[in-house]
Amino acid sequence: MIRGLLVLVILLALGALKLPMERDLAAVHRQEHFRGVEFNLDLREKIGQLGFIAALSGFRSIVADGLFIQAHVAWERTEWGRVLLLFQHVTTLQPRALLFWDMAAWHMAWNASVAAMNDRTQPRLALRVKAQREYFALGKDFLERGIKNNPDRPELYEALARLYKEKYKDHERASEFFGKAAALPGARTYDRRFSAYELSYCEGREREAYERLRQLYDKGEKERLPTLISRLKVLEDKLGIPQDQRIPDSKSLQH
Amino acid sequence: MTNDRNDLTLQRFPGRRSPGEGGNASTLAKPYRAFSVGRIGAITVNTLTELTRLKVFYFLLVFALLLIGSSMFMAQLTFQQEFQILKDVSLGAMSIFTSLLAIVATARLIPQDIEDRTIYTILAKPVPRLEYLLGKIAGVLLLLAIGTLVMGAVFFLVLYAREQTLVHVTMRQMAAAPREQIDEALRAVRASAFNSDILPGIVIIYLKACLLAALTLFVSTFATTNIFTIVVMAFIYFIGHLQAIAREYWLQEHSSGWISRVFLAVVALIFPDLQAFNLVDDIVAGTAISLGLFFKTAVLGVFYTTIYTLLAAFVFYGKEL
Repeated sequence: MIRGLLVLVILLALGALKLPMERDLAAVHRQEHFRGVEFNLDLREKIGQLGFIAALSGFRSIVADGLFIQAHVAWERTEWGRVLLLFQHVTTLQPRALLFWDMAAWHMAWNASVAAMNDRTQPRLALRVKAQREYFALGKDFLERGIKNNPDRPELYEALARLYKEKYKDHERASEFFGKAAALPGARTYDRRFSAYELSYCEGREREAYERLRQLYDKGEKERLPTLISRLKVLEDKLGIPQDQRIPDSKSLQH
Repeated sequence: MTNDRNDLTLQRFPGRRSPGEGGNASTLAKPYRAFSVGRIGAITVNTLTELTRLKVFYFLLVFALLLIGSSMFMAQLTFQQEFQILKDVSLGAMSIFTSLLAIVATARLIPQDIEDRTIYTILAKPVPRLEYLLGKIAGVLLLLAIGTLVMGAVFFLVLYAREQTLVHVTMRQMAAAPREQIDEALRAVRASAFNSDILPGIVIIYLKACLLAALTLFVSTFATTNIFTIVVMAFIYFIGHLQAIAREYWLQEHSSGWISRVFLAVVALIFPDLQAFNLVDDIVAGTAISLGLFFKTAVLGVFYTTIYTLLAAFVFYGKEL
C-alpha cells in the first residue's frame, strides 16, 4: 500500500518534471508545422466517431487516405456534393498534404464546375453559370485554406494562380500568386516568368511587366522562350519603346 | 520471496578451495557483482528466444508485412497519390503493429514466468530483481527492433519496386520527349517516392513502441493477469493520445470546476504524451523533420522508457512472489 502511494507520488513528481519538456516539444512541433490538426468536437462531427477515434490514436493519415479513396470513387460517379464533403474531411485531417488541397480544388473548380455548366437537368443558363461560379469559389476556398496551412510551400500558390488565370481570367491576381510562389524555396523556374506574362495582360501595368520581362530576357538564352519574346514584342509596341532599345527580331536572333 | 540478502554475497561453489588454500586460479570462485551486464544479457537472449517462439509474434509480423506489401495494389491513382497512400498505409501499419507487439509481448512476460515458475528459479539465484526486469525489457526492445527493421526493409523494398515500375512507365511514355523533360519527370517520380525524413520517422515509431513496452512492464508488475495488463494498456494508449489536449486545457485554465481541473492535472501528469511521437503523418505529407526536433523527441522517448522501467523495478521489488 505504502509502495503504491509512493509510486503515485513519484509519478506525479516526474509528471511535473516532464511537463516543461512536453510543452517545449509541442511548441517546436507547432513551429515546424507538425500537430496541425485540432482535435475538437467540430472534427468529430465531421469525420464521425470511429474516424475520430482512429485519428486520435495516431492513424490520422490512414483515415484521410480512406476518405480520399472514397472521394475518388464519388468523383468517378460524379457525386459532386459527396466529393466536396469528403475532401473537406480529408483536408481537415491532413492539412499538410498539398496533394489533397490541390486535388480538392481541381475537382471543384475544373471538374464540378464544368459538370454544372453542362447540366442538362437545369434548362436556365443563368442558374448553370451561378452553379459554375460557386464551384470556382469552392476551389478557390480550398486553395486559400491550403495556403494558410502551408505558407512555406510554393505549389498551392501556383495552383491558385492557375485558377485565377484560367477560371476567373484575373491576370493581376494570377501574376501576384505566381510571384508569391516564385519567392518561396523550391519554386519552379517558370513561376517568375509566368508572373511576368500574366502582368503583361494587365491594363495600366504594362511598364512594370515590360521591365520584368526585359530583366528575364537579359538573364540569357535559357529565359528567351517564344512566349517571353512575343509578350516583350507586344509590350514594346504598346509602350513605344525606341528601336535601339528593343530586342532583336526572332528571325535575326536565329541568324 | 525476495533475494535482497543475496545481493552482496560471494558466490561459493562446493568442492572448490579459496585462494589461501592453494587452489588453481581458473577454478577460483568469481566475486559476486551487484550489477552484471552478463546476467542481463543472458536474460535478454532467453527472453528474445522465448518471444520469437510465440505464434502471435509471427502472426502480427506476417499481417504487418502483408499490409505493407498489399498497399502497392490498393489504388490505381496518379503516382503522387499512389506514393502518398503507400507511405501512409505502410508507416501506419508499422506504427500499429510495433505498438501491438510491444504491448502483447511485454504483458505476458511476468505472468507467464510466474505461471511457468521460471521466475522462482531465476530469482533464487543471486540475480537482483532490477537485472531480471532489465533483461526482460531489453529482450522485448530487441524483438521490437528486429520487427521494425524487417517491416522497414519490406516497406523500402515495396517503395523501390513501385518507383522502378513508374520510372519505366514514365520513360516509355515520354520516349519522344526531349532529354530535359524526361529528366524532370523522373526527378518528380523519385522525389514523390523516397523522402529521407521517413528514416527518422521510423526511428520515432520504434521509440514509441519502446515507451509502450516499458509502460506495459510497469503495469504488469502490479497486474495479476496479462489480459488485465492489455486492457489497461489499451485505455492508456487512448488517454496518452489525448494527454496533450488535457495538458493544454489544464494549463490554460479554461476548465471551470476544481474537479475537472484535478482530473485534467492527473491525466497531464501521469500519462505520457503519445501524440508527440505521431510525426510520420506529417512527414509523409512533406513536412521536414529537423535534427533538433528529432533529438528532442528521441530524448523524451528515452526519458519515458527509463522512468517506466525504473518504476516497474521499484514496484517489482515489493511484489510478493
